[in-house]
Amino acid sequence: MRTIDVGDVIEIVAEMVKEINYHLPEDVYHRLEAMGPLESSLTGKHILRELLKNADLASQKEVPICQDTGMVVAFVEVGQEVKLEGGLLTDAINAGVRKGYEEGFLRKSVVGNPLERVNTKDNTPAIIYYDLVEGDQIKIELGAKGFGSENMSRSKMLKPSDGRAGVIDFVKETVSLAGPNPCPPIVVGVGIGGTLDKAAQIAKKALLRPIGQHHSEASVILLEEELLEGINKLGIGPQGLGGNTTALWVNVEMYPTHIAGLPVVVNINCHASRHAKRVI
Amino acid sequence: MSEIKRINLPLTDEVVRSLKAGDNVLLSGELYTGRDAAHKRLIEAIDANQALPLPIEHQTIYYVGPAPAKPGEVIGSAGPTTSYRMDDLTLPLLERGLKGMIGKGERAEKVIEGMKKYGAVYFAAIGGAGALIASTIIKKEVIAYEDLGAEAIHRLVVKDFPAIVVIDSEGNNLYRTEREKYKGE
Repeated sequence: MRTIDVGDVIEIVAEMVKEINYHLPEDVYHRLEAMGPLESSLTGKHILRELLKNADLASQKEVPICQDTGMVVAFVEVGQEVKLEGGLLTDAINAGVRKGYEEGFLRKSVVGNPLERVNTKDNTPAIIYYDLVEGDQIKIELGAKGFGSENMSRSKMLKPSDGRAGVIDFVKETVSLAGPNPCPPIVVGVGIGGTLDKAAQIAKKALLRPIGQHHSEASVILLEEELLEGINKLGIGPQGLGGNTTALWVNVEMYPTHIAGLPVVVNINCHASRHAKRVI
Repeated sequence: MSEIKRINLPLTDEVVRSLKAGDNVLLSGELYTGRDAAHKRLIEAIDANQALPLPIEHQTIYYVGPAPAKPGEVIGSAGPTTSYRMDDLTLPLLERGLKGMIGKGERAEKVIEGMKKYGAVYFAAIGGAGALIASTIIKKEVIAYEDLGAEAIHRLVVKDFPAIVVIDSEGNNLYRTEREKYKGE
């Protein structure tokens, strides 16, 4: 057994939320840089350049890339040989969010009761998913999820006979309906299979996988590539003002499902795709 | 991209009529912030025949909930939020003389009809360029609903705030026309 003090988790999470909000992750930055010259709309090219300028300024001044500094979503893998000390892990993650958002001058966007809508004033609670795994480490992968793009996400319980083509149609339809609203160029996370909730969870997890890093299975890579190409033919372009850079990347995750079903969830992220991973 | 037009705020009727979908503008002068919760309160005030806490006539509302300002800064990052959430709460403001709206994303048909009827223009700012946009904001003061925090109504003074006319007072909509041009490319 290895002992980990949850106090370490607080500090690490606080650092992570500040870092991802100030510094656009390298994978996203490089992808924006690479896609600029390929954009055929002049307005589109201009917008892509402005986004890089914005990222540079935010990084240099250590201010948020975007004022919607998001709701924190964390995927946490806990090794079965870890012994936690000093309190509950969930409390520590939320304490890290609280500390990071306060210290970092990040916007607190979380409301408690969703119908009464009173701000919790510290951006907690985070959405946390746990997995028990082998080993004696804790891996924390988290994102700061903006809601302009979250609001444009959709789910559908397809029929098994709808198959791959049905999935492609639904993803493209979702991006098309979203149009300019989720701040394109977007990153698209697609969850296929499982149950309604599992598909949503893996779609979210897909958004945390870095741009440029495909799925491990060849057939899924082909689907990711076909989706990206199809989405970039929709004409939406940067900020929805026309062009061929509608999506920066598409990540697909799959899970076994029931003989009667084919759940699909499309989770959209804006170009400020803020994500990071740490191992303790 | 079209030549850049420098526009002073508040907007006169003449300027509103001269702005066309696709125009790149730099806005200077005063505007008001307001998003979901503030709009809800404004409409409640109108429904209850109460006076509004801001002068609506000829003014521009920016749909934004800024990040907190760091010490020494005027404002934190301050890019636009998605506009459609204000669609059901916009007509009463247009009726009372609102001339400009700044946000991002599509508007409902009824808002576009209202813009044509009363003469108003809808600008898009670059969503997610919050740090860049904040650098064009030179003054900020809370004028109403302080309890709403980032969602309170602020009066901002801006200098060369970059935006694009997306829907003009004739109802021309850049989102629709431009997307068609690049479809299938």
